[in-house]
Amino acid sequence: MTALSEPDAPTQPIPVASASLERASRGDQIFRGVLTLGAVTIPVLLGFLVFELWMGSRLAIDKFGLGFITESTWDPVAEVFGAFPLIFGTLLSSVVALAIAVPLSLGVAIYLVEFAPKSIRQPVAFLIGLLAAIPSVVYGLWGIFVLIPILRASVFPFLRDSLGFLPLFQGPIYGPSMLAAGIILAIMIMPYVMSVSREVLLAVPNTQREAALALGATRWEAVITTVVPYARSGIAGAVILGLGRALGETMAVTMLIGNRHEIAASLFAPGYTMAAAIANEFSEAVGDMHLSALAYVAFLLFVLTVLVNAGARLLIWRVARGSGAGSAAL
Amino acid sequence: MNRRMLRRGISNLMVGLMIGAVVVALLPLFFILLDLVVKGASSLSAEFFTETPAPAGESGGGVVHAIVGTLIIVGTASLIGLPIGIAAGIYCAEYPTSRLTWVTRFVADVMNGTPSIVVGVFAWAWIVATQKHFSALAGSAALAFLMIPMVLRTTEEMIKLVPNSLREAALALGYPRWRTSLSIVVRTTLPGIVTGSLLAVARVAGETAPLLFTALGSQYLSFDLNQPMAALPLTVFTYATGPYEEWHRYAWAAALVLILVVFVLSLGARLAIRQKFSLND
Repeated sequence: MTALSEPDAPTQPIPVASASLERASRGDQIFRGVLTLGAVTIPVLLGFLVFELWMGSRLAIDKFGLGFITESTWDPVAEVFGAFPLIFGTLLSSVVALAIAVPLSLGVAIYLVEFAPKSIRQPVAFLIGLLAAIPSVVYGLWGIFVLIPILRASVFPFLRDSLGFLPLFQGPIYGPSMLAAGIILAIMIMPYVMSVSREVLLAVPNTQREAALALGATRWEAVITTVVPYARSGIAGAVILGLGRALGETMAVTMLIGNRHEIAASLFAPGYTMAAAIANEFSEAVGDMHLSALAYVAFLLFVLTVLVNAGARLLIWRVARGSGAGSAAL
Repeated sequence: MNRRMLRRGISNLMVGLMIGAVVVALLPLFFILLDLVVKGASSLSAEFFTETPAPAGESGGGVVHAIVGTLIIVGTASLIGLPIGIAAGIYCAEYPTSRLTWVTRFVADVMNGTPSIVVGVFAWAWIVATQKHFSALAGSAALAFLMIPMVLRTTEEMIKLVPNSLREAALALGYPRWRTSLSIVVRTTLPGIVTGSLLAVARVAGETAPLLFTALGSQYLSFDLNQPMAALPLTVFTYATGPYEEWHRYAWAAALVLILVVFVLSLGARLAIRQKFSLND
């Protein structure tokens, strides 16, 4: 493969049919030229994206600097902007989502790889994969008209009654809230966390399981003492990958989180995320500074997701080297 | 003896919990699909597919403008994104030692993780802000951006599956490299490339965020790429968050149509690949 794919592998000059050889090599050049054009477009596009985001947010960067990240005022009329509530909301909703999605996804992944009857493995993985195919806006629609009424009527009051001693579950119940957004996000990232951890677990060599079973471990003990520790950095990668997804999710969160530039301790209170603020305010922003502040938020969100995804990739790669696990979901 | 039973018990308990997790994980899928059918199907009618919307608050009308808009926007995005993604994918698979391959792969991963709303801001800054008006073309550009890394990845993975002996046989018969690549390697993987492309189309067809401030949405049937244009996901969003009961019914119906489009495309993608060779893990 490598020898053949060398870009300029020396071709032995063959005296016969040199004209057709020459034509062939010109064909090769054109072919490679066209492909190179396609391949070059990609870094150029991304460079352009970074450039445009930077240019778009320069006004706000010049005025607010890095203080933008820690400042809490968001006043389009006075043209004073600070993204702290947005960053806080983005992180909190994602953490809530992970807290719900990770145990579920790991449970499903471990069950499918280690315990499930062969005949149901593929179908269950396929069905959960379908969750990833549902568009974000449909989750939002379902969230508004089905999930929120259920949460408001029974789940939130129950949480307040049973866990109300925690500040997280105190205060008035509206419906659209940090917790509602976190729950819908959990459903949305579950297929990603599940499929990557499944691939990572599949990459664990069978000798690990066999050794534990031979020592008399039960099947659960074999999994928890040998398989999971072996795959732990890959599983961490899957979780961080889910985090990357949750951070950038827009529509469903916009429709469920309540959209308020406030920081509240309670998960029942409405909040805001970076992506939701851009979605809601961008097309209605009038002042240049408002637009620029939103572009700055987009720039920060981009940097945040790039860092998180890079970390995830690194961790997955350490376990499932060469198996390509995770690249499909990324 | 007792201790052994305890360990058995714990093992069984954990398996039971995991089965519970499977059930809980599948419940949302079941309910979302059920609610879509129950709440959406009753509003589907011939009118729904042939009429443009009635004025706000009045009943009747349809979403033909959004269906046509989605077809145009996604179609244009495919025309831009698929050739670039496929060409880059072939490049990465055929010249794996090139430095450009390394860079392209890395950048494609970064692009893949970029939130779609950020891509929307990019398309806005690039096209809408310079043209000074919203346009369907800007929406298509944003969707094309999202498609490229997905198509690149599947194309590359598919081509890598072609056995090297096939390549060597063609070269030994005197085929030049480009013909080997096109008529042997790419031809063999064509079903895979079609699958990857269809999956990418399915994924961007449901995207809303990048269209919010590019294609913007509209209440009229439009075929002009330089004007704002409606799209199904935008219609679902506008109707779902609007104040009218009638709108909510239409949001459900439009969501049902949207999800049928997405599922048919994804299933079609999976079928396309079953025919030629199986890639199941």
